[in-house]
Amino acid sequence: MKDMTEGYTTPDGRQIGGVMMEMKNITLRFGGVVAIKDISFDIREGEIRAIIGPNGAGKSSMLNVISGFYHPQEGEVWFHGKKRPTMRPYQVARQGIARTFQNIALFEGMSVLDNIMTGRLNYMKSTILDQALWWGKAEREETENRAKVEEIIDFLEIQSIRKTPVGRLPYGLKKRVELGRALAAQPKLLLLDEPMAGMNVEEKEDMSRFILDVNDEFGMTIALIEHDMGVVMDLSDRVVVMDYGKKIGDGTPDEVRSNQAVIDAYLGVSHD
Amino acid sequence: MPDQLLFAMEVALNGLMAGVMYALVALGFVLIFKASGIFNYAQGVMALFAAMTVVGIQKGQVPFAHLINAIFGTHIHYFGWNVPALGAILLTVIVMGLFAWVVNKLVLKHLVNQEPIILFMATIGLAYFLEGVADLMWGADIKKLDVGLPQGINGYIDETTFNLFGYGFFIDNLDITASVIAAILVTALVLFSQYTKQGRALRAVADDHQAALSVGISLNFIWVLVWTIAGCVALVAGMMWGAKSGVQFSLSLIALKALPVLMLGGFTSIPGAIVGGLIIGVGEQLFEFAIGAPYLGGATQNWFAYVLALLFLVFRPQGLFGEKIIERV
Ligand SMILES: Nc1ncnc2c1ncn2[C@@H]1O[C@H](COP(=O)(O)OP(=O)(O)OP(=O)(O)O)[C@@H](O)[C@H]1O
Ligand SMILES: [Mg+2]
Repeated sequence: MKDMTEGYTTPDGRQIGGVMMEMKNITLRFGGVVAIKDISFDIREGEIRAIIGPNGAGKSSMLNVISGFYHPQEGEVWFHGKKRPTMRPYQVARQGIARTFQNIALFEGMSVLDNIMTGRLNYMKSTILDQALWWGKAEREETENRAKVEEIIDFLEIQSIRKTPVGRLPYGLKKRVELGRALAAQPKLLLLDEPMAGMNVEEKEDMSRFILDVNDEFGMTIALIEHDMGVVMDLSDRVVVMDYGKKIGDGTPDEVRSNQAVIDAYLGVSHD
Repeated sequence: MPDQLLFAMEVALNGLMAGVMYALVALGFVLIFKASGIFNYAQGVMALFAAMTVVGIQKGQVPFAHLINAIFGTHIHYFGWNVPALGAILLTVIVMGLFAWVVNKLVLKHLVNQEPIILFMATIGLAYFLEGVADLMWGADIKKLDVGLPQGINGYIDETTFNLFGYGFFIDNLDITASVIAAILVTALVLFSQYTKQGRALRAVADDHQAALSVGISLNFIWVLVWTIAGCVALVAGMMWGAKSGVQFSLSLIALKALPVLMLGGFTSIPGAIVGGLIIGVGEQLFEFAIGAPYLGGATQNWFAYVLALLFLVFRPQGLFGEKIIERV
């Protein structure tokens, strides 16, 4: 493999930077089940990194390790060149890592606007006294946060449902709102667990466009899990392939597509 | 107007005032249940403990005096100063905050993801433990709570109603004050949860733990916060009740009054707790007045609320405004 310490240039001419996140020899067990077995890989600044693999391969588990929901028995997580101590999910979020969930985790009782607003919680710094008395600082902050949220609502083209309680939305729109909430945190690294699962072709195209724009316009680094091979090949710069908790491939879409181990893992496995 | 109707109106008004108290206690339950799914059996004892703490601080009582005297052979009981009522109340708020922190640190943190029944059992243990601590800290004698709340029959209402109907309503000033304070407390809570950062985080945690974590909310912080707020609600309820009937261990039984309110209003609904409390307060007084006392030998207040709540459970298990019951996966 070529030396990439200084980053690389993608075929479409985007400049990818140095390593942002590095997973070193991660092993994660649930009782007797080994969900992740000694896996190492990295995610680079500005990159769209995909994790693929058959059902139960351990993809979500890997995302959960990165976001602090699961804690591996072995291995190290390095972020921005520093080894990360064991962290709770909220601490990871505060470090600038936002995520969505495979099974959608939204605040069902809140409106779309309020859901996305929660993504701004870490940008609300004024004290409770400032807020109670509505002093300048609290007011300014609220205005800024609202502006940011409106920007995201426009970007995701969901103006028409801004006041709708999320519980009433169809699946595809919920996925979009969840992305909006993650974007509101303006994270350095965005983790998406099957952002297009269960969507129709049109919705998938919209979501792909959003992901590309987020990466391109905001320069956000993205790691995503996806089942649809076509989508993965179109979107991602580099792909990690997992099977039964092991890493069986890592490289550009073209490289993994021609990798025999990957082809074998996918033969006879049904995909949607 | 016929006399009977006037009596009934007076009874209903008094019931409304009692209902405010029930609503307050129920509110404490709802807050904790919403945020953490814990049915906090200790809510009533928290009210007792808070009221005892106010009295103790106010009178300059030395906490754990019996224990200290037993160990060191001393005879101290009082510091010899008096703390103004407002100061004592503020200090008690701090004590309730500390209590919330300790409970979270020593108990709840270790029981995350346990079955609701286990959490419930933990709070039963907590209730008895806190009762013991209260006893040890401030002594078991009945205390008189005097924080300068107005007491006695409200003359203005008595006079006005007398001039209007030829019959004066007896409404206690303490009940009126309690209602006003409760209304202020509830308004403040609503504003807090709607418009502050911490309030938003609280609503987020009440809605979905996973999602809350993913936007950077510390569940532990929210739990300490919500137990502190529940402690303050308990403090208000305990003081009102204590001012009426003295601060004694039976005060912790007000929790039993909150249970039917919760069944009526739903365990997760703040408006439900308030409306449910008022319905039960008015309902039990009117029932006693119209049916209980004349036909059933009286004292129906002891069970009426439960019968009403059970009837309600049959027809609307999620309560008045309770949220649809959805299985979380
Ligand atoms: N919280 C958990 N407790 C126990 N076992 C778990 C847990 N999470 C994941 N596993 C197990 O770890 C393995 C990997 O699961 P994971 O969800 O990471 O797979 P995946 O690649 O995301 O699959 P899918 O494509 O179906 O989403 C599975 O065997 C799963 O049962
Ligand atoms: Mg998965």
